[in-house]
Amino acid sequence: MVQLTLPKNSRMTTGKTWPKPEGATNLRKVQIYRWNPDDDKNPALDTYFVDMDNCGPMVLDALIKIKNEIDPTLTFRRSCREGICGSCAMNIDGINTLACIYGMDEIKGDVKIYPLPHMPVIKDLIPDLTHFYAQHASIMPWLETKTNRPAKEWKQSIEDRKKLDGLYECVMCASCSTSCPSYWWNGDRYLGPAALLHAYRWIIDSRDEATGERLDELEDPFKLYRCHTIMNCAKTCPKGLNPAKAIAHIKKMMVERVI
Amino acid sequence: MAFLTDRKRAEGLGSAKTGTEHHWKMMVSSAALIVLMPLFVFTFGMILGAPYEEVVAYYQRPFPAVVAILTMLVGWFHFRLGVQTLIEDYVHGTARKITIIAMICLSYSAAAFAVFAIVRLAL
Repeated sequence: MVQLTLPKNSRMTTGKTWPKPEGATNLRKVQIYRWNPDDDKNPALDTYFVDMDNCGPMVLDALIKIKNEIDPTLTFRRSCREGICGSCAMNIDGINTLACIYGMDEIKGDVKIYPLPHMPVIKDLIPDLTHFYAQHASIMPWLETKTNRPAKEWKQSIEDRKKLDGLYECVMCASCSTSCPSYWWNGDRYLGPAALLHAYRWIIDSRDEATGERLDELEDPFKLYRCHTIMNCAKTCPKGLNPAKAIAHIKKMMVERVI
Repeated sequence: MAFLTDRKRAEGLGSAKTGTEHHWKMMVSSAALIVLMPLFVFTFGMILGAPYEEVVAYYQRPFPAVVAILTMLVGWFHFRLGVQTLIEDYVHGTARKITIIAMICLSYSAAAFAVFAIVRLAL
């Protein structure tokens, strides 16, 4: 059976409360999941106070401020700080999103930050995405052709190019896959919304000549058909994409080639 | 500890090349039940609470009997497909296979008993 409770060594404990900065009048309480593989302690929720008068507006700004000024051991991924790289995906205020484009003012009350759910944690806010990336690689996220390469370029009409809108923008942040209950319970075999959205992006690319092979590879009760249109993926996607719709299109194509 | 590459783990046993048929059957039986369920509730509700002789006479008419038989057959078929999906979601390992087999036996037995009961009333 699926495990509905956390294992003993993963249960949360109350962590350290860091002192409030002196002289600050506009404080925000930020609670952050902490776990260190180098000690034998359970994960804890540390409490920090951030002076918002001297902090940028986004959650990532607050995290960087905490790391720079309060606790340098706090560990998280970040890079572009503008929603393009997908590195800073985490669970903020109960929603999987990118810390760099999620405003502190969008959160009512205390700010609670956890790593992406249901993934092995490497340290603090860093989940292990190894399997997620391997699943993405398994859908062959590149142009597959059989015709001899044209002298100049593979041509595509404006209409066909438009079909890729809403798909190519995915930054592989894993917010969608880690919000999906089907991926929680069967993530070892179910490809998840992100990999399937990418699969569909190549299936409907007018230049790609491996449509049949791509559909063949996806036709599986677990790889594709674990999607039950729960729609958490579409609700949480920080880029506003709809992986559930892409998956529905794949299922439709599967039926079309049978019936 | 197994020294498997990440890609090897992601590929697993490859595609089963099945699943679409299950999905299509679920869709078709869902559509059929949209029509059958109101008809069944309406015809069954008409005679609910009536004396035995009256119920027997009612189910000797073709429309209520055929609606009831179709609802039972399609309903239990849909149940079998849906619960299989549910088991695949939540039960892992050998227990998954055993539960699926048990559920298939239960569904088809229930359908057979239901049809037998209606046919006995009708004939």
